[in-house]
Amino acid sequence: MSRAVEILRGARWRDVAARALAAVPLNYAVTSALTMLLARLLPGGAQQASVGATLLSFLIFAGVAMTAFAVRSVGRLWAGLIATGMAAGLVDWCFIAWGGRL
Amino acid sequence: MKNGFRQSMAWLHTWTGLLLGWLLFAIFVTGTSSYFQEEITAWMTPEVRSVPADGPTRFAAATRWLEREAPGASEWSIYSAGKRAAGLQLYWVNGPDAPADAPTDARLDGAGRKTEARETRGGEFLYRFHYDLYYINWYWARWIVGIAAMAMLVAIFSGIVTHKKIIADFFLFRLGKGQRSWLDAHNASSVLFLPFILMITYTGLVSLATHYMPWGIAANYADEQKFFDATFPWPAPAEKAGPAPLIAVAPLIERAERAWGAGAGSIRILNPGDRTAQVIVSTAPDSGMSVRQRSLTFDGVTGKVVGAHNPSGAATATEGTMIGLHAGRFSSGVLRALYFLSGLAGCVMVATGLILWTVKRRAKLADPERPHFGFRLVEKLNIGAIAGLPFAMAVYFLANRLLPVAEAGRSGREIAAFFIAWGAVFVWSAVRSSARAWTEALAMTAAAFAAVPLVSALTTDRSLVASLGTGDWLFAGFDTAMLIIATGFGWVAAKRLRRSTSSGAAGGKRPTKKLSTTVA
Repeated sequence: MSRAVEILRGARWRDVAARALAAVPLNYAVTSALTMLLARLLPGGAQQASVGATLLSFLIFAGVAMTAFAVRSVGRLWAGLIATGMAAGLVDWCFIAWGGRL
Repeated sequence: MKNGFRQSMAWLHTWTGLLLGWLLFAIFVTGTSSYFQEEITAWMTPEVRSVPADGPTRFAAATRWLEREAPGASEWSIYSAGKRAAGLQLYWVNGPDAPADAPTDARLDGAGRKTEARETRGGEFLYRFHYDLYYINWYWARWIVGIAAMAMLVAIFSGIVTHKKIIADFFLFRLGKGQRSWLDAHNASSVLFLPFILMITYTGLVSLATHYMPWGIAANYADEQKFFDATFPWPAPAEKAGPAPLIAVAPLIERAERAWGAGAGSIRILNPGDRTAQVIVSTAPDSGMSVRQRSLTFDGVTGKVVGAHNPSGAATATEGTMIGLHAGRFSSGVLRALYFLSGLAGCVMVATGLILWTVKRRAKLADPERPHFGFRLVEKLNIGAIAGLPFAMAVYFLANRLLPVAEAGRSGREIAAFFIAWGAVFVWSAVRSSARAWTEALAMTAAAFAAVPLVSALTTDRSLVASLGTGDWLFAGFDTAMLIIATGFGWVAAKRLRRSTSSGAAGGKRPTKKLSTTVA
């Protein structure tokens, strides 16, 4: 029996589930917040910045997904991602509230 | 995940690869076939004889056709698929006095006549299946495909990390050594073609980027439509102001082509035959690497230039070129063949990865005669996915020749034949022993592909021999490709048959030493 199946059957299945949840849904939320931030920060006007940020978003998502399965502590993973997402989201909110949108 | 970065990445690689591998294989195979989408469509409409004609003349002929058939329309559009397809696709929006069921589209051949070809979706069905799937809503289909593509991107990155000897694997191929050979085939196809596979996955995501990640737009635009209006301008026809003759379009197209130094691919005429008429000429999809089209707008009566759209900016250029790289419409013969080969390498990479999952685990089974359910499920799904889809494609081509030509709704029945054939292989693999089902499915696929040129020769006057005689390279090429594919599948089936009769056991079951390169 492969080690992975043992992981799924053993006590560590919760660990895998927590990482998978961090790697996909939580990751999507954090990546979205970071993409919005990039779209406000990149140069070249609103349209170019939006396109550029969208192009980079997939790299961010892939990086976070790998990190979710690479780091040692699941607790710190969740804490780190939530903190990053909240911080980026807050700055996004400020940008939109004060800078407005088209 | 306790055993270090590389192990955790290997684990991630194995399981994301397995979970989405079957879907990825289907996306890769139909996507690879789409590099010859126009050729497949041409082969599937054998009634259409392509007559090469230069662009402006073709568009002018189409305009005259529309003047006759759709005079009161508020707009006409004429699309060319590019240099490889001689025909034109026409759409129009009927005026208020036209009956509700009046036609709104037509296809013209290279000589400007309406084509009377059998009804088929041709290569476009395979192309659309590649990202819209079928039988399910396109919106969710694109999400499913996107999740698979993202999993693939993660699998590629983690595969790179997992690799200890990426350079050595470039040159390493141990044939006929069971598990090692599968691993080498998986490594060789993915490492050798890594630049292509990485490119095609990322650019595939970029092709549908705003579907998956609309937040980059939302950050700057309260109304998403404003972004799309700025990116893809699509003016609506103005209020009509009274009749005036439409200017000849051929000179306008020539002017636009001279201005760009690139060929025109489509024209859109707003309010034809009215004083407010406009002619919008856009670049062809194969005129450059970027898919973002340039356009020139002319006054439809005087021929004066009244507008120009020239997408510029680093991000747009990057995005357009990425999508262009993915679809490869700009590529000519040799490059297109390389695209096709690289696509095939991608198919081989996914298929060998899926097979490797079972081969690795077979050696470790407690009782190899009675594997557990999960193992059997993966084995059966592998057969249905890997042998079943090519079989279904061969049946799709056969159905195109065998279904009655004049039958109503025949394009839908061609597609039904495709899915019935595919489903049949899944059922077959479920009821037979896996070792036998593999050999039989591969042999059946070989036979089906070999039958394609044969059936085509019997049902049309454009057989391989006739095509070679008249120098019809498109038809000759298609039939030859079918024979090469049939030979490939036949060779694998024969190899399996020989091995199972010589060893007297189920295929691929041989003891292997523990590998130094671990991928699970």
